[in-house]
Amino acid sequence: MIPLAIVLLVLAAWLVFVFNGLVRLRNQVANAFRQIDVQLKRRHDLIPNLVESVKGEMKFEKETLERVIQARTAAVSAGQSGNAHEMLAKEGMLTQALGRLFALSENYPNLKANESVKKLMEELAHTENQIGFARQFYNDVVTKFNTAQQVFPTNLFASMLGFTPSELWELPADSAERQTPKVNLAV
Amino acid sequence: MIMAGFLAFFLAIGLGFDYFYLNFDPAGDLADTVVYEVSGAAPRQAGTNIPFGTILALLAGLGLTANGYFNGPRMVLRSTMARRADPENEKEKQFLNVVAEISTAAGLAKPPAGYIIPDADLNAFAAGNSPENAVIAVTEGLLATLNREELQGVVAHEMGHVRNYDIRLMTISAALMGAIALLSDFAGRSMRYGSRGRSYGGSSRGSGRKGGAPLLFLVWAVLVILAPLVSRILAMAISRQREFLADATGAELTRNPAALISALEKIRAAVMPTNAVNNGVAHMCIADPRGSLIEERMGFAADLLATHPPMEKRILALKVMAYQKANAGAARGM
Repeated sequence: MIPLAIVLLVLAAWLVFVFNGLVRLRNQVANAFRQIDVQLKRRHDLIPNLVESVKGEMKFEKETLERVIQARTAAVSAGQSGNAHEMLAKEGMLTQALGRLFALSENYPNLKANESVKKLMEELAHTENQIGFARQFYNDVVTKFNTAQQVFPTNLFASMLGFTPSELWELPADSAERQTPKVNLAV
Repeated sequence: MIMAGFLAFFLAIGLGFDYFYLNFDPAGDLADTVVYEVSGAAPRQAGTNIPFGTILALLAGLGLTANGYFNGPRMVLRSTMARRADPENEKEKQFLNVVAEISTAAGLAKPPAGYIIPDADLNAFAAGNSPENAVIAVTEGLLATLNREELQGVVAHEMGHVRNYDIRLMTISAALMGAIALLSDFAGRSMRYGSRGRSYGGSSRGSGRKGGAPLLFLVWAVLVILAPLVSRILAMAISRQREFLADATGAELTRNPAALISALEKIRAAVMPTNAVNNGVAHMCIADPRGSLIEERMGFAADLLATHPPMEKRILALKVMAYQKANAGAARGM
């Protein structure tokens, strides 16, 4: 009588452990699924604003750059035409500290737009990586959950205790996202 | 499994000490067991059931490492003069982004803090007892040399250490090593000063004591003499196994063993030792900071006492994961 009671007690205790473990895994699966949405929302909120701010910076610097180029070429052409008065007038617009160097990359203001673009590209890559890793983690946790339900002693009780296998995240077979993206850098 | 062996070794030494010197006898039916205390005071009569020596040594070992356990990350970071990664700096911001990505892949709720070590050599380490208060640090040289994918691989290796609670494991191993060293030191003293009236002399009187006591004592004495060396070998064996595991976890997190292979090859090619990292932290780094001398020598002694497996073996294991054949040079080197 006593051994039977002990065996039943042990069995009940084991069932409790199994149930708790499966509950934890199921909640992790739900959490991991919602974490994907967290990253998607972050991308949705962040990227358009970042792009707008970078474009604004680029536009401002483009106009500055254009004005500087105009002033410089005007000053140079005035110098070539030999009209002293015109030359002095144009020179006033742009300081020619470095003499007769004609390289156009000289004396331009230190434009930071390309650094902003680099930061934007890093942020884009990071956001996409986060989304990818969130999906990877979701699939990992679902695999762990499904395996925990399907291994031997537990599979006898899993459906009785109310657990069903979860679905892995995947792209539909005919999805356009499976295509290789075409990279065309022609401007 | 090695940890179990380590524990068994510690218990063998500790309980033997208690058995032979402190009157610990689990059989408990000896009325006239005699034991001589170290100071040569009058022998006691009653047997006890509590292994005082073992427990005291264990407590002492834990006490010695408790400081490391609780203040570990801060002490380590300060000793290497690490500074927090600066989000304004492009490379350090990339490092912080990579840490955030890999924590997402590992499912950690909070990404570990990122620190930079001002050293030109390539190395990285992780500290912290649990994922909540973990830190990951890389050297400036590493940031400058690796590309983004390889950085992901290295950070994933360190995240593997964090997720597998390796730092906590190594702290406990250090506690055991300290306890064993204490016990062996104590036992050595007892052997030298308590030479009169050995405990096996009491076996002729005690009815319940085993006849094999002198032999057992001899075996135990040999263990005690070898204890520091053996415990070090065991601890290093644990450290090497966990390095392999961290490599595998890193490859699993990024699903990209090739990136970690390429990072390890770059690390191996830079032979400068990492001066900022001292020996106390050595076992937590991704590559042996004392220079690749120990790693390149693949002899028996080097294999036993190294904190990290040889780089060749690690790269080979990763290539197997990536379904690549080892090249001829590595195969010959095995």
